[in-house]
Amino acid sequence: MRRVYLDHAATTPVRPEVLDAMVPFFTEKFGNASSIHSFGREARTAVDESRDVVARALGADPAEIIFTSGGTESDNTAIKGVALANRKKGNHIITSAVEHHAVMDSCKSLEQLGFEITFVPVDGTGMVSPDDVRSAMRPDTILISIMHANNEVGTIQPIEEIAKVAREAGVYFHTDAVQSVGNLPVNVEQLGVDLLSLSGHKLYGPKGIGMLYVRKGVKISPYMHGGGQERGRRAGTENVAGIVGLAKAIELAVEEQGEYARRLARLRDMLIRGVMDRIPDVVLTGHPERRLPGNASFCFKFVEGESILLNLDLQGIAGSSGSACTSGSLEPSHVLLAMGLPHEVAHGSLRLTLGRDNTEEDVQYVLDTLPGIIERLRAMSPFGR
Amino acid sequence: MYSQKVMDHFTNPRNVGDIPDADGVGTVGNPICGDVMKLAIKVRGGRIVDAKFKTFGCGAAIATSSMVTEMVKGKTIEEALKISNKAVAEALDGLPANKLHCSNLAADALHKAIEDYRQRKQAESA
Repeated sequence: MRRVYLDHAATTPVRPEVLDAMVPFFTEKFGNASSIHSFGREARTAVDESRDVVARALGADPAEIIFTSGGTESDNTAIKGVALANRKKGNHIITSAVEHHAVMDSCKSLEQLGFEITFVPVDGTGMVSPDDVRSAMRPDTILISIMHANNEVGTIQPIEEIAKVAREAGVYFHTDAVQSVGNLPVNVEQLGVDLLSLSGHKLYGPKGIGMLYVRKGVKISPYMHGGGQERGRRAGTENVAGIVGLAKAIELAVEEQGEYARRLARLRDMLIRGVMDRIPDVVLTGHPERRLPGNASFCFKFVEGESILLNLDLQGIAGSSGSACTSGSLEPSHVLLAMGLPHEVAHGSLRLTLGRDNTEEDVQYVLDTLPGIIERLRAMSPFGR
Repeated sequence: MYSQKVMDHFTNPRNVGDIPDADGVGTVGNPICGDVMKLAIKVRGGRIVDAKFKTFGCGAAIATSSMVTEMVKGKTIEEALKISNKAVAEALDGLPANKLHCSNLAADALHKAIEDYRQRKQAESA
């Protein structure tokens, strides 16, 4: 059976170049980067060089790069670290209603500690308005955290404008760029951000490694305490192989970003147009233009998302959904609800996210397969037409 | 995560559809929660001779609906009332823990259909 992977927003395969770069650091170059001997120095050199590569790719200074275990740790560190270090300045944080749970739940955990959080709304396309951020600003605001691009619906936020709002007020600005690096140009100077989170496995690097950019001068408390690694900002023996892999992955992703995005956008548009043409009662979720090049997300009325996923999987197609069943709770995706979609429509969500290995034939296969699945489920549905 | 039996009933659901001259119809669930089951029964001489369903919901919701229509056919009303959500899940070789509460409503739909049947009969004899 044909197998088509369309869940690149969940994770991506490690590129062969990345794996090749990593392998020696599991075996012959296994040293601890903190050790003084030649084994340690070998590892230290690799970590230093990787930091240079990552910094260059993002327009940052190497001293501004902290390696972490992934996007979730980066988000937790950024939000809790800034909040705790700047408590004397204020206790108000602004974020959006469509953030990844790593941001949203970090903010909620701070509410327990007495911080106040404002969740700015989004419009029907999932966009945050910089004006809403401005009006949410208070004298005691210490941090704004708005994602660069949404993981579910792919909407790209006006980060540069929000960064201006933050800068004018002298408030730190964090962005979760886990979905955007490799898909969009990401330069910390151009975006104007103070903190930026990134994950390895979303850009053809390994799982278990990520990075947090922290602009020089930003006051932040460490999240992990211990051996003083990462200049005391993130304790724990460096994941040398992971760091080397992350650097290689980012280097390639940034180098190839333009061509990669163009290729994916062409496939995405073919997929979106094909689905909208072939299937009635479907809603495209997210912004029609300002969306990630690989993201095609929909809601199919009168059917439920998990049923769609199971049927697609039986045909070899891997996708994801924001329905309650797939979100592991009784509620459908908070992103879809924040965009104003009714519960019953949000339950019919399907996200297909394209990547490097996808072809036109893959898209055609989905377009040949999906309409029959939706039709069959609708025939079974008490709301079917 | 689903048993083979669940996947079998999900991919080849038994008794999908409506019964135009049904003797009882029961609908449970709520589109807001993501699960709605509609079950129709045909009763002859105190026995359920036909059952059909239509379901909006996840794999478990569809499989339990299909299973309950199989279990109930040929049963007397009294026997049918004894079929529980738990029994339906067991007949499917179990359901994932998170599905046991939200999507395991098929027996409730059956009981509602029987209630509807009884009310109609009462109305007839009144």
